Order: sequence, then structure tokens, then C-alpha cells
Amino acid sequence: MKSDRLPYSLLALGLALLLWGSYWGLFLAPAEAYMGDVQRIMYVHVPTAWNAMLALTFAFACALLSLFRGDPVWDARLEGALEVGVTLSALLCMQGAIWAKPTWGVWWDWDPRLTTTAVLVFAFGAILALRQFVDDPVKRATWSAVAAIIAYADVPIVYFSVKWWNSLHQTQSSPETVSRAFHWPLRINAFGMLFLMSGLISLRSRLALLRREEETAPPLPGRTVDRWGDARSLLMAGPAGVISGGWEFVWAAYGVTAVILTGYAVSVFARYRAQRRRREAVKR
Amino acid sequence: MSPLAAALRKDLLLQWRTRAQVVAVFAFGASALLLFSFAVGPNAGVLREHAAGFLWLGLLLSSTLTLAESFHAEAEHRALEGLLLLPASARSLYYAKALANALALAALGAGLVPVMVVLYDAATPRIPALLGIILLGSAGLSAPGTLYAAMTSQARARQTLLPLLLFPLVVPVLLAAVKATGLLIQGDPMGQVRSWTLLLVCFDVIHWSLCGLLFERVVED
Amino acid sequence: MAERALDPWAVQASGLGRRYGRRWALADVSLSVRLGSRLLVTGRNGSGKSTLLRVLATAARADRGTARVAGYDIREGRAEVRRRIALLSHHSFLYEALSARENLAVAAGFLDHGAGARVPGLLGTVGLAERADDPVSSFSAGMRKRLALARALLQPAEVYLLDEPYGELDPPGFRLLEAALDELKAKGATVLLASHLLERGRERCDEAIVLEEGRLAWSGPAAELREGGAAP
Repeated sequence: MKSDRLPYSLLALGLALLLWGSYWGLFLAPAEAYMGDVQRIMYVHVPTAWNAMLALTFAFACALLSLFRGDPVWDARLEGALEVGVTLSALLCMQGAIWAKPTWGVWWDWDPRLTTTAVLVFAFGAILALRQFVDDPVKRATWSAVAAIIAYADVPIVYFSVKWWNSLHQTQSSPETVSRAFHWPLRINAFGMLFLMSGLISLRSRLALLRREEETAPPLPGRTVDRWGDARSLLMAGPAGVISGGWEFVWAAYGVTAVILTGYAVSVFARYRAQRRRREAVKR
Repeated sequence: MSPLAAALRKDLLLQWRTRAQVVAVFAFGASALLLFSFAVGPNAGVLREHAAGFLWLGLLLSSTLTLAESFHAEAEHRALEGLLLLPASARSLYYAKALANALALAALGAGLVPVMVVLYDAATPRIPALLGIILLGSAGLSAPGTLYAAMTSQARARQTLLPLLLFPLVVPVLLAAVKATGLLIQGDPMGQVRSWTLLLVCFDVIHWSLCGLLFERVVED
Repeated sequence: MAERALDPWAVQASGLGRRYGRRWALADVSLSVRLGSRLLVTGRNGSGKSTLLRVLATAARADRGTARVAGYDIREGRAEVRRRIALLSHHSFLYEALSARENLAVAAGFLDHGAGARVPGLLGTVGLAERADDPVSSFSAGMRKRLALARALLQPAEVYLLDEPYGELDPPGFRLLEAALDELKAKGATVLLASHLLERGRERCDEAIVLEEGRLAWSGPAAELREGGAAP
């Protein structure tokens, strides 16, 4: 069993960058002209948006590879990417709601990007549910891959339909360009979340592979080659006028992000260690 | 006979034989429309405004019954597997079933229109356009719906899984069909029905090709 | 494109394996069946007989090993294999809502042009001519088996895989089945018969294999097979 240095280093590096970037964004960067301090939510919201989409795109790639290659590794990575992608997307919707309340006065403003994300949470979450109810691992892999491909192909259509649907009601103002001083916390957090996400997908994939190994019969001894081898910125301009205060929303957004990311990472870590311990016990 | 024609003949024959179920599904859809009006209240203006939404929600909910049922006969004694072994191409089996389902849903939708007219006072003079929207929308529900019905007919917890998988995917169909139908009912001064129709056509083209390609992987062991 | 092997073997399998979860239902099974011969596949319940037939018929995938059936590889030449085999399975492949005649007509629609014309004759052969237009939902188990047999005989195949064909049949049904088997022999078709009715199987088959927990426990001439289904 290879060492777990890769995912753990990624997680550590990601966490460090996120702490640094968030500290900068929360305390050092100046408040934004229109939106005041609430703008600071962007320093976690935009990286989450990028990485959620990245995770789901990676899931799409894994689905294609799983379907055409049949290697269980790609199915394991698909499972990891789906779970992380859905978690980040759900987190994105929560952050979006926390940002929208002080900005627009309502928790949900039917923004096309966030609404599409909400649909994606359900679409890709359903695939995770599907996996629970299919016992045969090969069939589970094939069906998840098919479903992930269809869901991903749907993303642009969903986005455009929601955009047109909403454009009749909301006056979308064009996003404002942000001054240079704001880029650094954003970039640091973006990379931080990228490493964190990669580490989480990597760890979660290993868990999936171990589980698959546990539920499948060990390979038969013999000369024939086993084909199924044992491998195991949303940067929006604000409304007219400056939003005063709103710090409680900033804390809420960062807090929710921290809690969810930490909680998820801890849960994956715990399940993975437990699975490894079980495997070691079987081997002895 | 071409395989598609043979498969279509089979599916239409099966639908005809089980036509008693169509009545039951229609009753379900009609009662859904009735329940929506109870939920909203007897305000004629509000009901008329949202009539399109209610119609398509009712059709969407009923579609899960129709779609699931369409694979019940195939799974019972593994008839679908038997056909694949003849051999029959999975693609022709898919398109025939999806087409039969689309027609069934369109007939259901058309049947619910009078219910909508009566309950919500929501009529339109543009009947051909309305039927066209219903047909395109039904095709949109049927393409991924048939694929997922095939999948879930073989899995556990099939009743919950089908709507769970299908509903998020067909959000564009719901949006476009409701908008277009609503415009037909309320009036369309800016001629927007065409754009929504185009969206439906786009969705249908993409999903009918994609799901047709992937169906084989779903039904083969 | 799948290539056809030109040799006297109807079936050649090497190291076939298929697992369901933690269990290998079929484990490292290798066998060869000569063209035109009849093989009896026997063993206790759960020994893998059905799985073997299904894998050879390409109805189920093989997780391990290779096989050539009717000259074509079961993975690369799946469509070609299917054109040349007929499977009589535990599952009847029937539509409850359709009549016997319609069930056969549906299958015939996917076969060659002559298949449709064979339907009335087959219904008579299996003794269902009188009930031909009744829905299958009204049929007894024995009648369904007869219809399933008719369906299997609809397509002229080179290899017939029959999984417990005697099951659910009454004595007249037995005679019917054996008449069909004799006719297939006369046509030179290869038959793989999975059954635990040893006496009848031994009489009609040339070779036999015994499966035990998915593995090949014994193979040899059918005449040498002992009572009880256990390996001699």
C-alpha cells in the first residue's frame, strides 16, 4: 500500500494557504468601495466556485476514463470527485445565501450561477445516492459514469435556461473590476482551496478503492491475466449605495466554510484510517 | 423489418395492451392539478397566472409513473435481455422505447390541457403551438427518463431513485416548457415563445443523441 | 472486426471466472465442446451452471478468462456470438401482457425474414396452438416453459444453451423437449444442457462436466457420470 504522503501534504499545504489568504482577506485587505466589508466573503466564495466546478469537471473526466478503460481506479476517483464536488457546491450555495442577505436583502436571489449550482448539488448528489443502491461494483462504476456524463453535459443547458428565465425579472448589473490590492488574498485562497480539494479527492479516492477491494472477491490465482485487476468571483457589483457593517455575515461565511471543509476532511480522514485498520487486520 | 421498427411495434403493442394504466396515470395527473389549486387557493387570477407551471409539474410527477412502468414489463422476466441476445441493437431498443414514452407523455399532457382549462381558466387559441410545446417537452422528459428508468428498474429503491436522478436534469425542460406555455396562455407580445421552443429543441437534440449512445452500457451486464 | 476461428470447436473456454460480490460464482473454468456434440453441465444448486451458460451466451460478462463460442470471442465478437446461439434461461424472456403468438412475433421481428413464418409451426410443436392468443399472464409455469422453448427454437442457431429445460415441464413436455433435442442433433447443432436430472441427461448427451462451487470438478463422457451428481 503506497504511503499517504501525497494527500496529507496537499491537505496541509492547502490549509496553510487558506489560513494565510483568509487572514489577509479578513484583516489586511481594505474594505471594498460599494459593498463594504461584506465583500470579504468573496475571498472564500470565488475560490469555492472555481474549485467546485473544477472538481465536477474532474469527475466528468474520471467518468469518461472509467467508461472507456474500465479500471477501478477511475471509478474510485469519480466517487471522490463527486463527493468533494457536491460538498463544495453545497458550501457555495450556503456562502451565496450568506452573501446575498446583506447585499440584496433576501437569502436567495435566483442568480443564474448559484441556481445552477443548486441544481448541480441535486444532480450529482443523486449519483452518489445511486451508488448506494447498486451492489455489483462493475455495474455501479458503469452507471455512475453514464449518469455523471449526462449530468455534466446538462450543466451548460441548465445555466443558460436559468439565465434566460431569470433575466426577465432581475436587472443584472455588470461585474465591477476589482482593484489590484484585492487580488492577492483571492489568489492565495484559490490555490489553497485547490490543494485542499486535491488532497480531499485523493484521500477520498483511496477510501473508495479500499472499500471496493473489501467488497470484491480476491483475484483468482492463475496464469490468465485478470482484466479487472486489483488496483485500488463571482465578483458582483453591489447595489447603489454603500452597505454598512455586515461583519456578522462575513464571519458567518468564513465560519461555515471552515466548519464544512474541516468537518468533511475529518470525516474522510476518519473513515479512511478505519478502513486501513480493517485491511491490516485482515492481512494478519 | 428494421430493428427500430420491430422495437417500436413491440413498445406500442405493449402500451396498447396496458392501456388501463394510462387511465390511472391520467387520474393521478388530474388529481395533482386539483391539489395544486387547493394549495394556492381559489383566486382565479393567481391560478391562471401559474396554470402553465401546474400543468408541467403535474406532467413531470406523472412521468415518473409512466417511465417506471415502461420498464416493468422488460424487467419482469428479463425480456429486454432476451431481445439483446437475439441480437437486437441496444440503440434501436432505446429509441423505440423513448419514442413510445414520449408519445405516451404527450398524450397525457394533451389530456391534462382540458383539466387545466377548466380548473384554472387558462385557455389559449394557439392549440397547435401548445401541442407542439407539449410534444417537445415530453420528448425532453422521455430521453433521459427512459435511460434512467432502464437503470433503476435493475437497482434497489427504484421508486425513489428515478425522480431523484431525473428531476435535476430536466430543469431546463421545465423552465422552457412552463415559460412557453405561460406565454401562449397569457399572450406573447414580444414573440418569445420561439426562443423557449429553441431551447427545448436544443435540449432534445443533445439528450436524444447522448442517451442513445450511452444506453447500451446501461443495459448490458 | 471480430474474426472467426475455423476449427472443430463450438465452444472453447479458458479460465472463465465471474464474481458476484465476494463470491466467485464461476472460478477458472476451462472446457472445449466439439461441433455437433451435446454437453451435460451438472452440479448442485449454486454450483455455477446457470452462470456458465449465461457467460457463454454473452448474457453475463466474464470477469476473468476468455472464451470462443461458435468461432467468435465472447467479448470482442459479442454480436456475432449472439447471432449464432440461442439461450433458454431461468428467466423466460416473455412479456406477460402479450399473447404467446405475439411474444414469438416480437422476437421474430428482430430475426431474419423467415422467422415470422415459423411461428405457427413452433406453437404447434410445443403444444400451445390452442392457447396461442391468450396472454402469457394466464399461463401455467409449464406452459411458459414450452413457450420459452419455442422462442429458443425460433432462430436457427449453431449452439443451443439450455438451462434446466426439464424444469416445470410435465411428462408430455419432456417428450416434446427430447424430440426437439433429437431434431437439433440431426441438424448438427451443438447443445449445452444444464440439468440435475442425470438419467435423462446421460442418455442424450455425449460429454458431461460437473461443477462444484464454480469450479470444474470433473469432465468426461456422459456415460461415465455416476448417480447423485457428484464427481465419480
